Amino acid sequence: MNEAATATSVIGAGAPETPPVISVRNLRKVFKKVVAVDTVSFDIAGGSTTALLGGNGAGKTTTIGMIMGLILPTSGAVTVLGADMVRERYRVLGRMNFESPYVDMPHRLTVGQNLRVFAGLYGVADAAARIAELARSLALEEFLDRPAGKLSAGQKTRVALAKALINRPEVLLLDEPTASLDPDTADWVRSRLEDYRRERGATILLASHNMGEVERLCDRVIMLKAGRIVDDGGPTTLIAKYGRETLEDVFLDIARGRAAAAP
Amino acid sequence: MSSLSLGRIRALLARYIYVLRSSWPRIAELVYWPAIQMFTWGFLQTYINAQAGAAGFSGRFAVAAGALIGALLLWDSLFRAQLGFSLSFLEEMWSRNMANLLMSPLRPLEFVAALMAMSLVRLVIGVVPVTLLAFWFFGFNLWGLGVAVVAFFVNLVLTSWAIGLFVSGLVLRNGMGAEAIAWSVLFFVMPFACVYYPVTTLPTWLQLLAWSLPPTYVFEGLRALLVTHIFRADLMLEALAINLCMLAAGLVAFLALLDSARRAGSLLQMGE
Repeated sequence: MNEAATATSVIGAGAPETPPVISVRNLRKVFKKVVAVDTVSFDIAGGSTTALLGGNGAGKTTTIGMIMGLILPTSGAVTVLGADMVRERYRVLGRMNFESPYVDMPHRLTVGQNLRVFAGLYGVADAAARIAELARSLALEEFLDRPAGKLSAGQKTRVALAKALINRPEVLLLDEPTASLDPDTADWVRSRLEDYRRERGATILLASHNMGEVERLCDRVIMLKAGRIVDDGGPTTLIAKYGRETLEDVFLDIARGRAAAAP
Repeated sequence: MSSLSLGRIRALLARYIYVLRSSWPRIAELVYWPAIQMFTWGFLQTYINAQAGAAGFSGRFAVAAGALIGALLLWDSLFRAQLGFSLSFLEEMWSRNMANLLMSPLRPLEFVAALMAMSLVRLVIGVVPVTLLAFWFFGFNLWGLGVAVVAFFVNLVLTSWAIGLFVSGLVLRNGMGAEAIAWSVLFFVMPFACVYYPVTTLPTWLQLLAWSLPPTYVFEGLRALLVTHIFRADLMLEALAINLCMLAAGLVAFLALLDSARRAGSLLQMGE
């Protein structure tokens, strides 16, 4: 965990020292009469790992969907790497990638075929070398010729991660990256994400329910409840603020409407 | 929107070809249904010809036989090309891969171009062998019609793409509940496109509807060619004009429905 990175990002309001990699301004999304995301604003500094934390229906996935440009906001603005994600997302999509347990790779294609297709879609120049490198670092070499649909959940997550890293993204968006994984595999995936951020200086935004994961990976936590930001800070800062021992306790305090401890 | 990338179109086309190559029943199925249809109607026509010959009407019935088998092959080309487009699109829904594609730098027009290319691949695999079987078993040589065949195919393929675009947009917006439309939409068109009978068979008010459908021009053109040996270029040009309008409308609808799906927030949860 590196809370130093948080110093360059905005917590609450104000301007960052360097232009943020992700900037969200007054973002709001209403599905029919349901307000999924309600006037959310935050900036994320380059090279940081930030978590969107909240219970079911808090607005995490919708917020990430709008940052990716897959969901159009009702109002407000999102910019990633300086591009407005409503109007000019194609300018930066090649520098981003994402992974979600709710999105699959084509089952009938082998792992190698899947990675070749995505290397082509992202215009990866050295596709064969990049696939070999990812297969080595994510321990996928023995699965390259196996259909993606015949892999275990852990293996599928590794393949999805390989797809998410195929273009060496500067911005990585992860929706519950270790959902449904056993603790050993989940820990292994977290290590790979830490390695990637360290090696490439990438900016990672993840939505998660897993407090241990957030404490380990993230410099900053944005707490969402009913589509609104209810708190924002480094994991240890939030734990101290609420007078608690773990982030899980903080999460429960927020979910149950208990206020932070008096300073 | 910046320029289209041939590399991305090729990458997506490779994805569909990988799927096709992964399963020989899928390849066999492309030929199976057109062949079954062709044999069924071909033998029926052989029987009718024999009966007509016995009654002294053989010449007229031989022409009708050619028109029937020719119409059948062309109808199947339209159907297979539309399925080729729509099923490739549905592959992305079935495999829950749509968000991966839409989050990649792949532009919607590149996506559409790959679907069009795949519809041609499936059409060639499915229909060419059956046209050869039709010649072998029933003596009907579709390719013997020369340049007219090109005009027929171009128009039918354009119609199939326009319909495929509408259907894909509906599935994108409404989810898999709209999947059945991909299979059934052309059967709604069939009676009005006058596949097996002249437009004049329809009541006058329905003829207006028939002439608004490009396939009608193709099937009328086929009958004109077989019966009077005249290639009706005028019909083909009229069909082309309507097709270009339909294709533009299909593209606009596809993009609007994609936008609507982004607004509804349904792209992240797509799949079976």
